[in-house]
Amino acid sequence: MVRDHFGSAEPLNREHLKKLKRLVRRTNTPWISDHLCWGSVDGRYTHDLLPMPYTRAAAKVTARKIREARDFLEVPVAVENVSSYAEFHVSEMTEWEFLTEVVERADCGILLDVNNIYVSSRNHGFNPCDYLNHIPAHRVAQIHIAGHTKYQKYVLDTHDHPVIDPVWKLYAHATRLTGKTATLLEWDARIPTFEEVHNEALKAGQFIHRFEAKTIPA
Amino acid sequence: MAVAVMRPLSARGGAQSKWIDGQPMKNVAAGFVKPNDRLTALERLEIYNRQYWCRLKDCFYDDYKGLLAILGGRRFERLACAYLERHPSESFTLRNLGRRLVAFLEQEPQWTAPDQRPALDMARLEWAHIEAFDNESKPPLTGDSLLGVDPAQLRLKLQPHISLLQLGWNLDKFLIGVQHGSESREEASNAVELHRGHSRAGVKRRLKAGTIYLAVHRYAGSVHYKRLSAPQFRLLSALKANLTVGEACAEMAAREASREGLESEIAGWFETWSALDWFRALEGQ
Repeated sequence: MVRDHFGSAEPLNREHLKKLKRLVRRTNTPWISDHLCWGSVDGRYTHDLLPMPYTRAAAKVTARKIREARDFLEVPVAVENVSSYAEFHVSEMTEWEFLTEVVERADCGILLDVNNIYVSSRNHGFNPCDYLNHIPAHRVAQIHIAGHTKYQKYVLDTHDHPVIDPVWKLYAHATRLTGKTATLLEWDARIPTFEEVHNEALKAGQFIHRFEAKTIPA
Repeated sequence: MAVAVMRPLSARGGAQSKWIDGQPMKNVAAGFVKPNDRLTALERLEIYNRQYWCRLKDCFYDDYKGLLAILGGRRFERLACAYLERHPSESFTLRNLGRRLVAFLEQEPQWTAPDQRPALDMARLEWAHIEAFDNESKPPLTGDSLLGVDPAQLRLKLQPHISLLQLGWNLDKFLIGVQHGSESREEASNAVELHRGHSRAGVKRRLKAGTIYLAVHRYAGSVHYKRLSAPQFRLLSALKANLTVGEACAEMAAREASREGLESEIAGWFETWSALDWFRALEGQ
């Protein structure tokens, strides 16, 4: 985590980056990630992953900060798409166009959160496959999957339920595009037994194996 | 947007109906947020507004379980809202959320009346707990490094994770009881909230007035509350105030002139504190 998220308007905090660099070196961290969002302004923190306005200007500033962080930390950087519940009038493009614009400009990786795509697709009414089909799949460094909570009028990213079937289907679609990719199951509230979480995580293997079986030539 | 997200919620638990300048909030939200087929712009913004308060209050409740037990649910909720409105998070980590709470309670004692004094002491203890949990641990002092050092010149520094507290109640035992009670309830059910499990009279009975001295510190990865005697507390406080070992001991000797065997007692204290790695390595070593 680069502290203020790449989408915040403030410049990167050098003191924090220095500490992060020491940690990266001490732990031999191969790459780092942060969310493609903002969360603080004028020194006040919301501790939330707030959605960005999808504008060219925002993409340009964000990409510059990602490059700065990567150059300073001397490790590759990946940005993670967030779940969102609001969209802005000023946006000039879709979320996947914005993500693509940012990662191409920054020449960085994507941490693809498939559940977040699903949640946002339900909240904003887009086809989640369009999202997956239009991002540069070769840049995906890791995939996240998780459960969420469905309310009457919106879906909230809560990480407190098993992954639902439509998200597994999206995951299968994502792995067809990205190839076999390291996957993390996020479950950080109402945590059940280890066996339950472990079995849920193992389901990811079934989709990857299915993918492998389909693509290995006879 | 950030201002709207961080604004206090209305009495019904949603976004306020008016913006800062008196305009209807729905108009302000519609100015920058798109509605969808199910939610208005304000309703979409309100999701973030609610989440903000939910997240911060969750953290505050988690960090100040002892204070919650002393104040009870209603007073604690009022305090949490007042404090978080006055001091929104100014740190990238929620760990620092309560760093201004002690000063806030000193300035605005009305939030904890009529239990201002135990509440203030509990806030100090719970903040010390947070500091002990993850403040830095410097390389410890070793016996060898003291060879040939003149005590009259020697200044010992305490580890950054140690807090020295003088409290007016048995809050160490009280807080341990609260933490254990809370853990056992959490194991039984995720849904049970701490403040529902406490009767006010029961809480008051467990609070015993009387001065105690504490060192809140981290050892072997766990936070500990170590009771100190008044002389031990004074000696450590003198070292913390940057007096030399010679000055601190002389001050102690003057105060405790009638006490027999003081010298060997002090030697024993230093032995214990060194074994707990409370002192930092001397600078330049």
